Amino acid sequence: MNEKYLNNTSVLISSIFTLLLLVSFGFAEEAMDSDKQDSTGVTNEFSNLPKDDTCISCHIEEEEMPEGFNENDIHMQAGLSCVGCHGGDNTIDDEDEAMDEENGFVGVPDREEIPALCGKCHSSIEFMRDYQPRIATDQVEQYYTSIHGEKFKQGDENVATCISCHSSHGIMPATDPRSTVYALSVPGTCKSCHSDKDYMADYNIPTDQYEKYAASVHGEALLDREDTGAPACNDCHGNHGTTPPGVASLAHVCGSCHVQNEEYFSQTQMAKEFAEDEMHACLECHGNHAVAKPTDDMVGIGEDAICMECHDVDEDGYFAADSIHIMLTQITAAYDSALSKLEEVKIIGMDDVEIGFLLQDAHQDIIHSRTLVHTFDPQRVKEKADVALKNSRDAIKLGIKELDDYDTRRMGLGVATLFITVLAIALFFKIRYIEEEQEKNKL
Amino acid sequence: MNSKLFNWIDERFNISPLIDFMKHKEVPVHKHSIWYYMGGVTLFLFIVQVLTGILLLLYYQPGVDSAYESVRFLMTKVNFGWLFRQIHGWAANMMIFFIFLHMFSVFFTRAYQKPRELTWITGMFLMFVAMGAGFSGYLLPWNELAFFATKVGTDITGAVPVVGNMMKVLLRGGEDVTGATLSRFYAFHVALIPAIMTLLLGLHLTFVQRQGMHEPDHFKKALKKKVIPFFPNFILRDALLWLIVINILLYLAVFFPWELGLKADAFAPAPDGIKPEWYFMFMFQTLKYIPAHVWFIEGEVLGVLGFGLIALIWVLVPFWEIKIKPGTKFRPMNVIGAIGVIYIIVLTVVGYMV
Repeated sequence: MNEKYLNNTSVLISSIFTLLLLVSFGFAEEAMDSDKQDSTGVTNEFSNLPKDDTCISCHIEEEEMPEGFNENDIHMQAGLSCVGCHGGDNTIDDEDEAMDEENGFVGVPDREEIPALCGKCHSSIEFMRDYQPRIATDQVEQYYTSIHGEKFKQGDENVATCISCHSSHGIMPATDPRSTVYALSVPGTCKSCHSDKDYMADYNIPTDQYEKYAASVHGEALLDREDTGAPACNDCHGNHGTTPPGVASLAHVCGSCHVQNEEYFSQTQMAKEFAEDEMHACLECHGNHAVAKPTDDMVGIGEDAICMECHDVDEDGYFAADSIHIMLTQITAAYDSALSKLEEVKIIGMDDVEIGFLLQDAHQDIIHSRTLVHTFDPQRVKEKADVALKNSRDAIKLGIKELDDYDTRRMGLGVATLFITVLAIALFFKIRYIEEEQEKNKL
Repeated sequence: MNSKLFNWIDERFNISPLIDFMKHKEVPVHKHSIWYYMGGVTLFLFIVQVLTGILLLLYYQPGVDSAYESVRFLMTKVNFGWLFRQIHGWAANMMIFFIFLHMFSVFFTRAYQKPRELTWITGMFLMFVAMGAGFSGYLLPWNELAFFATKVGTDITGAVPVVGNMMKVLLRGGEDVTGATLSRFYAFHVALIPAIMTLLLGLHLTFVQRQGMHEPDHFKKALKKKVIPFFPNFILRDALLWLIVINILLYLAVFFPWELGLKADAFAPAPDGIKPEWYFMFMFQTLKYIPAHVWFIEGEVLGVLGFGLIALIWVLVPFWEIKIKPGTKFRPMNVIGAIGVIYIIVLTVVGYMV
C-alpha cells in the first residue's frame, strides 16, 4: 500500500471542525438583531369599555368624551358606568330618550351637589359593602368638619370638593400609582390649589408649603426617594377632615410616627411650659413644612443650637444642652472612626462580621441617644451614650486586632516565601553542581 | 542501616528493577524541553488540591443552612483556615491553567501520535474531570454568585437533546438548584471526581513511564542527542519549579483572596455579573452569540452539540491527524491548534470585558 500523507477523511473532519469554530463568530451580529425584535402591538383606545352602553358608544362616536376620562376609572371598572352619576338610561339608542329627565337623567351635577352626589353611595355601607366590605363610609361626614367642608357650607365657590382631589372621570383607588391621591401624588394634588397665589389670595394663608415641604426631610424621602412610608400632606393634616393641627394635637401628629420622641417629650417640664405658653411642641425646634434632617448641632450652645434661642448662659438648660451636645459629638466621632476601621478590614478581606454587629448596635444606641435628647436630661442621655461609646470602641479594638492579624499574615508570608526562595536557589545550585559532576565523570 | 532496610524491603517486594528503571530513564534536552514540566506542575497542583481539600473537609458542612456558615467560620475563626481555602481556590485555577498549557503543548509538539494515543485520551478525560471538579467545587460555599452560576451552568446541560433534561435533573437532584444539588455536588467533588481522577492519573502516569518522554521530530533526527537522567536531574528540576509555584500560590492567597460574597438566596433576584469560572467563559460567551434559532435547531442546543462534537474530535486527534509530507512548510494541525487557542483567549477576554 502506498504511503498516503494527505488523508482525505482527515481533511474533511478538520474542515468541519474549523467551520464549527467559525460558525459561532458569524452568528454574533445576527444574535444582537434578533434580541431587538419586539412586538409593539397597537392598543385600541377605550377598547375595554362595554360595547352595549349607549352613553359610551355615542360619546365615542361624537368624540365628546369628558376631559380626563380614563377607562380604568374605578367606577367604570366596577360596572357603574356614566349613568351611575349622571342618571339616564344607557340601554336606549335614542339620544333624547336616553337622556330624558323621566329616565332619571341629571346631566352635569352642579358644584354644590357634588359631596351629596358622591355621598349617595359612599356614605351608605349597605351599598358600599358589596364592593368593599371594610370600606369607610364617613368621608362626606368628615368633609363637612374640614376647613374645606366648612367653607363649602358657607357657599365658597373655590374650595375643594371631592372631585378637586379625586378627579371626576379618572378616579383610581389611593393604592393605585396612577391615582391623584396615591401617596407620591398627594403633595402635587394639594399644591395645584395651595401653591397658586392668585387662587389662594382670599384666604390669607401662605402658599409656600409645597416648596418648603419638597425641600424638607419628609419631602425628600417621599418625592425624591419615592419612599411611600414618608408622610405626605394628608398624613399630618388628615384626608377628608383636613385641618391645620392645633397646639394640643401637633405633638400627637408627629408622635404618630415618632412615638418615642413624643413620649419622652410629653413627660418633661418643658412640655408643660410649652402648653402653658401655647407653644407648638415639636414645631418650635423642628419647624413644620420645612422640617429639616436634625443635626447634633441643633442641641448645645453653638451657633446652630436651637436651645440658645430660649436659654441664657449659666442657666441649668445651658449646661444641660452643652453636656448633651458633647456626648453626641463623642459617640458619633467614635462611631465614624469605627466605621472607617470596618472599611479597612473589609477591603483587605479580614473578618468583619463581629465588627459589623457591634456597629449595628452602636448605630442603634446613637439613634436612641438622640431620641433621649427629648428628655432634656443629660443623665439619661449619658446612660445610652456610654453604651454606644463602648460598642464603637470595642469595634475599633476588634478592627485593630484584625489589621494586626493581617500584618502577621503578610510577615508570615514574607518569611515563608523567603525560606522557599532560599530553598529554590539552593536547589538550583545543587542541580548545576550535580550536572557539572556528571559532565566531568563522562569526560 | 539504610541498606539493611532497603534489602529487607527489596527481598520482599523486589523493588530493585524499579530503582534501575528510574536510574536509566532519560529525558531529552532540546528547545521544547520546558513543556515536559507542565504535566509535573499539574500533578503537583493536584496533590496540593488533595491535601488542602482534606483540611477543608475537616470543617466544611454541606447543607443550605451550614455550608456558607461553615466556610465563613473556617475563613475567620480557624487558624490558617483562610490560607488553606485560598490555596485550594488558587491551586484549582492554576491546575486547570496548567492542564490547558500541558494539553496544547502536547498538541503542538504532536506528542499524542502513535504510540501515545491512550496517554492523550486519558489526559483529555483528566481535563474534563478537572473542569467538573472546578464546577462542582464552585457551588460548595453556597454563595450568591456560585448559586446563580450553577443555575445557569446546569440549565445549559438541559439543552442537550434527548438526555439533557434527565442530566439536568440528575445533576440538580430535582428541577431546581436546591440543597439537594449542594449535597450532590459535594459528593461529586470530594468522592466521585477525586476517585476518577486518581484512576485516570494512575493510567496516564503509567503510560508516560512505560513509554518515556516523547521526542519531537527535529530531536529524533539529531545526531547527537542531549539527555539528562530522570533521577535525580529531572526530578530536582521539577522540584525547583514546584517551589516556585508554591511561592506564587502563597502570594496569590494572601494578596488576592477569593471573596466569600453573600449567602445564596433562591428568592433574591440574580445579581449582576454572574460569570462562570474563566475556563468555561469561552463556551458561555459563544452560547450568548448564537441566535435563538438556527434553521430548525435551538441556538443553545446547537452550541452544546457543537462543543460536544469539537470535544469528541479533539479527543480523537491521534486518529485523524492531518499528516504532511516531510519538508512541507504549511502545517495544518498547527493552524487548527492556533485557531483553538486564539478562539479560547479572545472569547474569554471578551467575556470578561462585556
